[in-house]
Amino acid sequence: MYTQLAETRHGHLGPNLEFPEPPCRPARIDGQARDLLWRVSDLGVHYGRKTVLSSVSIGLPKGKVTAIIGPSGCGKSTFLCCLNRLSDSMEGCCVEGRIMIGSQDIRSPSVDDIALRRRIGYIFQKPNPFPMSIRRNLELPLKAHGVRDAAEIGRRIESSLVAVGLWSEVKDRLNASALHLSGGQQQRLCIARALVLEPEALLMDEPCSALDPIATGVIEDLIHSLRQRLTIVMVTHNLNQAKRVGDEVALFWCRDGFGYLVETGPAQRVFEAPQDELTKLYISGRIC
Amino acid sequence: MIERSRFRFDGHLLLVWAAPLTITAIFVWIVGGVLLHGLDQLSWSYLVEAPRRAGRQGGIGPILVSTLLIVSVCLAVAIPLALGAALLLAEFVPRRSTGARIVRLSLDVLAGVPSIVFGLFGSAFFCSLLGLRFSILSGGLTLACMILPVLIRTIEQSLRGVPNAYRMGAAALGLTRTRAIVTVLLPVAAPGVLVGVLLGVGRAVAETAALIFTSGYVDRMPSSVLDSGRALSVHIFDLSLNVPGGDAAAYRASIVLLLLLMLINGGMLCIHSLLKRVMGISAQI
Amino acid sequence: MFQSVIDSPRRHGVIDVRLRRTLWGVAGLASSIIAVVVAVVATEALPALRGVELPRFLNDPSWHPTNQRYNLAPMIAGTFLVAGGAVALGTLFGFLSAIFCCFYAPPRLAGLYRGVMELLAGIPSVILGLWGLTTLVPIVAAIKAPGFSVLSATLVLGLMIVPTIGLVAIASLQSVPRSLILGAEALGLPKWLTVVRIAFPAARSGLIASVVLGIGRALGETMAVMMVGGNIVQVPESLFAPVRTLAANIALEIPYAEGLHRSSLFVSGLFLTLVILVVLCIAEWLGPEPIHD
Repeated sequence: MYTQLAETRHGHLGPNLEFPEPPCRPARIDGQARDLLWRVSDLGVHYGRKTVLSSVSIGLPKGKVTAIIGPSGCGKSTFLCCLNRLSDSMEGCCVEGRIMIGSQDIRSPSVDDIALRRRIGYIFQKPNPFPMSIRRNLELPLKAHGVRDAAEIGRRIESSLVAVGLWSEVKDRLNASALHLSGGQQQRLCIARALVLEPEALLMDEPCSALDPIATGVIEDLIHSLRQRLTIVMVTHNLNQAKRVGDEVALFWCRDGFGYLVETGPAQRVFEAPQDELTKLYISGRIC
Repeated sequence: MIERSRFRFDGHLLLVWAAPLTITAIFVWIVGGVLLHGLDQLSWSYLVEAPRRAGRQGGIGPILVSTLLIVSVCLAVAIPLALGAALLLAEFVPRRSTGARIVRLSLDVLAGVPSIVFGLFGSAFFCSLLGLRFSILSGGLTLACMILPVLIRTIEQSLRGVPNAYRMGAAALGLTRTRAIVTVLLPVAAPGVLVGVLLGVGRAVAETAALIFTSGYVDRMPSSVLDSGRALSVHIFDLSLNVPGGDAAAYRASIVLLLLLMLINGGMLCIHSLLKRVMGISAQI
Repeated sequence: MFQSVIDSPRRHGVIDVRLRRTLWGVAGLASSIIAVVVAVVATEALPALRGVELPRFLNDPSWHPTNQRYNLAPMIAGTFLVAGGAVALGTLFGFLSAIFCCFYAPPRLAGLYRGVMELLAGIPSVILGLWGLTTLVPIVAAIKAPGFSVLSATLVLGLMIVPTIGLVAIASLQSVPRSLILGAEALGLPKWLTVVRIAFPAARSGLIASVVLGIGRALGETMAVMMVGGNIVQVPESLFAPVRTLAANIALEIPYAEGLHRSSLFVSGLFLTLVILVVLCIAEWLGPEPIHD
């Protein structure tokens, strides 16, 4: 069981992109034999006395793109933060309920949050490359997770930059400051920075909201190309984007100041035959 | 009616322009006076030679060395302490927590203690109680206590100026807090930290009252930090008040002190703009 | 395998816990310095506090500590007199400077003048003292001998705290929302009234803080005052009479003081510190924001 960790620490991490299911324990919810990465039940979040999310129960399928939609302020981003315990880094944020990965509740204190986040990348709304060179941006997480071999670092930097389509644009100026890139390039660099750790899943918080339409298109294509390798959970307030990239859709709503989950299911089903009245109104654009 | 109000307005205008003009004039007067009185005999040998006839003649070589040593001791002690406390306040404890409040309050109080009382404290604590006597070490330690609050405050503020996006970004990549601080936050805050340190150095170099009875008056070349050594500001003080006919020499030393401070200030600006250019960020002070 | 990795004991967190503990240690050390300072000064002051009844520091016949006479009243009076005058001057010029920079001067000139004030703030007090000694004192002496006087001390000290007050005042006036100023000007209020009636009340706490910083600096300043004040132990009778402040008294006598004399100097140091702290506390209580933020 610890071999993987030992490998991580010594820098011989293979291209272990998907993680095999434990052989004798297929993940199931409600008798459905779907491959779920996260199974969230009764999730509630509050900051101090203010409740942000309450009783969210949802399964997020492996190897698919789940688009989380809903009006602003309904706790979508907060939900996303809980999935890799980034919520720990927010002052005063208190999480309740269960967030299972496999048979492990990731909220348990025995879970190594550092290792968890290394396996689940996070992309922020606003691109946040560190104010250093492009190469250093990508090197930093690798070195932090024990990859020391220069050749291996070089290989991984190249492959992640290729994956986000940035390699041809920046290969001659890897030592230039990342802040000199355009907004779209910065966001792709951030995705590359997450990919360089070869994560199993990617959480994206409105990754295109700060970008122009062309850069948005590039990112959406990128998400398409990544869906084979990764589980992606993406928050968006753009219904069309959810339609374009989402395999699954979950609608969050806000009532009395706190957010909850309205409806979830395969994208086609939700968009074509919504079951909830609210979903119907929302996707037809009559309320927002 | 209109005429009257216009007249009043002009009166205020006069007042508002007169004050800055006066201050600027006096500033020019002071700096000009120092240059005028001291510039004629300033030379390279003045900087390296030992003082003669109680400082009226000769140079300030040993005094510069002592000053440098005192400031070095001061920084060697103050920087680690300040960095640690500032990191704790900015990165590890909530702003309004009891612990943070206590630390901040005690530093605010420390900042209010007048420098002469630091001198009393230093002479009683470092010189007598710890048995360091009049020495560069005593002086440096006393100064370290004195500049600690300003150092901590500027470093904390520059750390707080680091956008939270970097903190979250580092956490999302699975960096430990420690690594995030070392590899991301401190480099980003570095210009501010450096400016803070130089601010502290400036204050330490300019200080006199806290040094007179801690590092002493001896103007020989110090052989170690346990020797007594005369700081430049103490030298100026001594020449102007205790040495008859020492005014010219005092002015000469003043020029050196002003140059030193200008160098520090210039260094501050250079570092600031350099890092701004290289990193594309500016220091938050 | 995912599960095994995240299920490992939290060895990564250990380094953070260690760093946090170390930092608490360092911060604890840094914040205990004030306690050590107070304890040491108080301990040294104790013999005099025990051996001399407190009222005697105010109503002994004179300050002759070697002859057991401990009247600190002239020094206390001198301290407050000089500091009061300097703060009045410093506040007047500091505020006018701030108004000039924030409301009247063209931006480049304002920046330039700010630079002048920053440089002035950076001039060591010993150099200001030297300038006062060789330039100001002769001028004052030409009006009325000896020149070493309350007036000289007040002027030099006032000059020192102009930038202290001015720079903080600029910062607090700049933090007044621009819309408030524009709104007042839109009402046709003359500029001066806008400044006094709108900007000043809005920046109140910062302005108070600036004056308090000035008071603290004025009370504690030693070198410049000692160099131009004349240092005669007496309650000054006029602006042209010599004066000795508490801080100057300490600096002048501590090199040779012994026994109760030395101890009584520590008493005066303790007193000075307490006064400054009380002033700081009052400011904290008056203004909602912390002084040094």
